[in-house]
Amino acid sequence: MLERIEQARKTIHASCEKVGRPIQVMEVCGTHTVSIFRHGIRTLLPENLKMLSGPGCPVCVTDQGYIDVVMDLARRDDTIIATYGDMIRVPGKGGSLESLHRNNIKVVLSTDDGLTLAKKHPDKIVVFVAVGFETTTPPSAVAVMDGARDGVDNFCILSGHKLVVPAMQALLGSKNDKIDAFLCPGHVSVILGSDAYKPVVEEFKRPCVVAGFEGIQILEGLAKICEQIAAGTAEIDSVYGAAVTPQGNKVAWKIITDMFEPCDGAWRGLGVIPSATMKLKDQYKQFDALHRFGIKEVPTEEPAGCRCGEVLCGLIDPPQCSMFGKKCTPDTPVGPCMVSTEGACSAWYKYGR
Amino acid sequence: MCLAVPARIIEKDGDRAVADAMGNKWNIRITLTPDIEVGDVVLIHAGYAITKVDEEEAQKTWELFEEIAHFEEERLKAEQQGGDDA
Ligand code: SF4
Repeated sequence: MLERIEQARKTIHASCEKVGRPIQVMEVCGTHTVSIFRHGIRTLLPENLKMLSGPGCPVCVTDQGYIDVVMDLARRDDTIIATYGDMIRVPGKGGSLESLHRNNIKVVLSTDDGLTLAKKHPDKIVVFVAVGFETTTPPSAVAVMDGARDGVDNFCILSGHKLVVPAMQALLGSKNDKIDAFLCPGHVSVILGSDAYKPVVEEFKRPCVVAGFEGIQILEGLAKICEQIAAGTAEIDSVYGAAVTPQGNKVAWKIITDMFEPCDGAWRGLGVIPSATMKLKDQYKQFDALHRFGIKEVPTEEPAGCRCGEVLCGLIDPPQCSMFGKKCTPDTPVGPCMVSTEGACSAWYKYGR
Repeated sequence: MCLAVPARIIEKDGDRAVADAMGNKWNIRITLTPDIEVGDVVLIHAGYAITKVDEEEAQKTWELFEEIAHFEEERLKAEQQGGDDA
């Protein structure tokens, strides 16, 4: 293992030296962000190689407007809100789900649990808070499929599901063209397949390398990236072994596309990105919380002074935000990047200071 | 949030299965990986198997999880002691 670490480190240093200029590599996965800090990977990197944390934490990229809708639904007496634990502390305009102290808010481990809640409480409408990237979308799709099959008419989802690749394109296209390459998320790529990064490689000529979350994989992924930059190439590569194939998990992808279709949607920091948010297809609209309650999601402003948007685009490091570590800490989070354990601000606060 | 954990399939019934990860047993769905058999090691995310992985890779991840758990414990202990001293 030590040998592999040393080998990767050497390749990274030699390539970066050859390139000479500053290099910026963005990881697009909250799990990578945390793992990079936890393993102290930044300390192994040459001075001209900088890691940026991109829009890879689902909680962080969820627009404020979405959270406000969840809060409004949670305040009703006819609903049960079923959510993954990650979302419970994210502040909206009027506090977080946790701060509402209502017993109709349930933390669940899977969409199945959400559907079970609906079967148990026929007098309530269960709203599943469906956030997450391609890895988390199939379970939501299956829940709606099962719900439709079993005739569960008091279950719906509020889909905030997102697609990673269009976000990378939007980022390069309009927000930050100083990103030299992407370290691509392992588990998202299991579903997506590594071929999915073709647009980034072909259109923008940026290397895309998929890595798992172990320290050694991240280092070896970075080594591949630096080699490509030094050689002036931009290709898709993977150091994640057999779990990631070029085509991804086709069964999962079919279930996603049977139930969902891409639509334009707001991302925190990135604004409205075309075709990067997933909504239920028309024939399943009775399972769509927006349709069911006749409401609209309105993109809203970030909390005053919070610079999560710039953090997510790799334009600033968290300590450049004046609230970082002062008004904003994991105990008193102002923005989602501090709330989520996978958020860049939280990772910097815990490990990076 | 997109983290997946390796576990071994120990029972299977239609598109539902029981998986074991380091002694923890979970009821999971194998809807996304219909070809899975008992004995296979899979990655599990939010209650769903998302792909088959090889034994060796899973072993490394399990070890890593133990390490992380241990590391977090130590860190908490250190923090607490730090707090006591102050
Ligand atoms: S430190 Fe807090 S306020 Fe500043 S960008 Fe991060 S989450 Fe937002």
